[in-house]
Amino acid sequence: MNLHEYQSKFLFAEYGIPIPQGKVATSPEEAYAIAQELNGVVVVKAQAHVGGRGKAGGVKVARSADEARIYAGQILGMDIKGLTVERVLVDRGADIRQEIYLAVTNDRAAGKPLIMTSMEGGMDIEELNRERPDAIIREHVDPIMGLQNYQMTFIASAMGMPRAHWRSFARILSGLYQCYRENDAELAEINPLVITGAGELLAVDGKVIIDDNALFRQPALTDQRDTSGEPSSERQAREAGITYIKLEGQIGCMVNGAGLAMTTMDMTKLYGDADGIGPANFLDIGGGASPEQVAAALRIILSDDNVKCVLFNIFGGITRCDEVANGILTAYNEVNPDVPMVIRLQGTNAAEGSKIINEARIPNITSADTLTAAAQRAVAAVKEQL
Amino acid sequence: MAILIDSSARVLVQGITGRQGGFHAKLMMEYGTDVVGGVTPGKGGEWFEGAPVFDTMRMAVETTNANVSLVTVPARFAADAIKEAADAGVALVICLTEHIPVSDMMKALAFCRNRDTRLIGPNCPGVMTPGQAKVGIIPAMVAMPGNVGVVSKSGTLTYEVGFAMKNYGIGISTIVGIGGDPVIGTTFVDVLEMFENDPETEKVALLGEIGGSAEIAAASYIKNVMTKPVAAFIAGRSAPPGKRMGHAGAIVDGGEGSAEEKIQALEAAGARVAANPEEIPSLLG
Repeated sequence: MNLHEYQSKFLFAEYGIPIPQGKVATSPEEAYAIAQELNGVVVVKAQAHVGGRGKAGGVKVARSADEARIYAGQILGMDIKGLTVERVLVDRGADIRQEIYLAVTNDRAAGKPLIMTSMEGGMDIEELNRERPDAIIREHVDPIMGLQNYQMTFIASAMGMPRAHWRSFARILSGLYQCYRENDAELAEINPLVITGAGELLAVDGKVIIDDNALFRQPALTDQRDTSGEPSSERQAREAGITYIKLEGQIGCMVNGAGLAMTTMDMTKLYGDADGIGPANFLDIGGGASPEQVAAALRIILSDDNVKCVLFNIFGGITRCDEVANGILTAYNEVNPDVPMVIRLQGTNAAEGSKIINEARIPNITSADTLTAAAQRAVAAVKEQL
Repeated sequence: MAILIDSSARVLVQGITGRQGGFHAKLMMEYGTDVVGGVTPGKGGEWFEGAPVFDTMRMAVETTNANVSLVTVPARFAADAIKEAADAGVALVICLTEHIPVSDMMKALAFCRNRDTRLIGPNCPGVMTPGQAKVGIIPAMVAMPGNVGVVSKSGTLTYEVGFAMKNYGIGISTIVGIGGDPVIGTTFVDVLEMFENDPETEKVALLGEIGGSAEIAAASYIKNVMTKPVAAFIAGRSAPPGKRMGHAGAIVDGGEGSAEEKIQALEAAGARVAANPEEIPSLLG
């Protein structure tokens, strides 16, 4: 789960990290009032779960409260990469002398927290990593012991932080690590952390990603979830306990298991890409594939108007394919889809399962023995309708 | 003996009285696995299909001399169960549980490393040495004994490929499901190394997916060390960046972890990469 910039920075502030004075506005008038209160140069920043908002014109410096109102009016309601901006953050402008990058993240390969920092902040960290990897200092933290004082001194020294700022940098770093740990963050990033003209450190922009699997013990963060950028079908699926991700293609995929679900998507693209045909979604139905689950998943897949064919790919291991076949037919009668379906059952009792499908003699349904044949048939069914 | 488990494995099931734990413990026994007992706090003294249930891992290990533990407990308790198994001195812990917070896993993994316990998973289907033993949920029918080692991040995709191999007449030495989480106990490289050193494994099938860099590390191991041929498949070529595809670890993030870069690295290392998993048996054959 991603937090907005303002949510991230307000969270940082709880850990003693200095942030610019600022508030969130949902209307130009509110932005005007905040700017008047701040009484000086302010920055009006779009709050949306999307990268590249600066380039899209979603960040503006306003020299007066009137300007802040005008810019907020331009940014609110703006479409950035398909997302509508509903909030702006109005921050006091900072006198920036130096931009620093500072983040704590999970290092998957090492299985440990990783601190990454650089005196060359401001730019995208991936870009910096490509162009000047040596400019980034990386330090692992023992997950049991936590961040040690000597590590903070090492980091400040190795990155070339001026000595005058070591103490305040260490306070920020230790606050950021604590924030990362206590909130089950996957990433807690300050970019940039700036040194101001007055010689102070200030977290001007922030990004926090929370581990979805830990949300059960983070109720305060769960309440901050902004689902406005999420397709309603994905929200419905999440509430039904089904993993569904909407994609741009025409073949709705219903599969048991995440790896096999991705593979099934890949097969539709492998055989359909030349004709502009591909997967309409990722969907993992999980174990069992009961009639209720299949019906719920089928409704979610069919809520996408782009879907021209539904491809079932079920590997019956412990679940038997004849049970799955009956489940699919029950769900079919309940949902009554008007697009063709290709059903491929493999594994335990696959032959019996396919027999049940074939004997039902539903004109819209065909079965296939192999994944290759199933994907090719689904592609052909879409092609006929193009 | 193939790798990790064989017919001499003495297995405890943590969560044996739970619905999932009990169901799969029974299937493991039917397969011939020596399930010597189980642990459920508060149910010590009960019996499960002839095997004793204990309150704690320490008591269970002292009594049964188990050397493998299977963790099937819910996500909130799973990291603790892993640590309990490691603390009781079990050499191999296999964790099936999905949705364990990463921060819990990082601590549990560090704890296992301190005690020389090998952890497999979490969020994995387990390990099976066909004809000898299975620890986990891999269906018995997906594999027959043979000389190809299989290592995979995913469950059903592995069953699919194992089954296709069986239909083609290719048997398996050991299947290792390493799991689809971002932080896991045993990586592709660890398992490739075991297969490379296993006299009963002649070839290897590697099933990877988008996200992270474990397949890149595997490619470098294949290139620099491995003498045995490797066939591979990487799932998620059609997955858009920034979206988590079911598995917590399956996300292309900041340009890292795409299927293309993994396929290129594996091909450059000399592995034969299939565009379609149904081609794996012929690439091995």
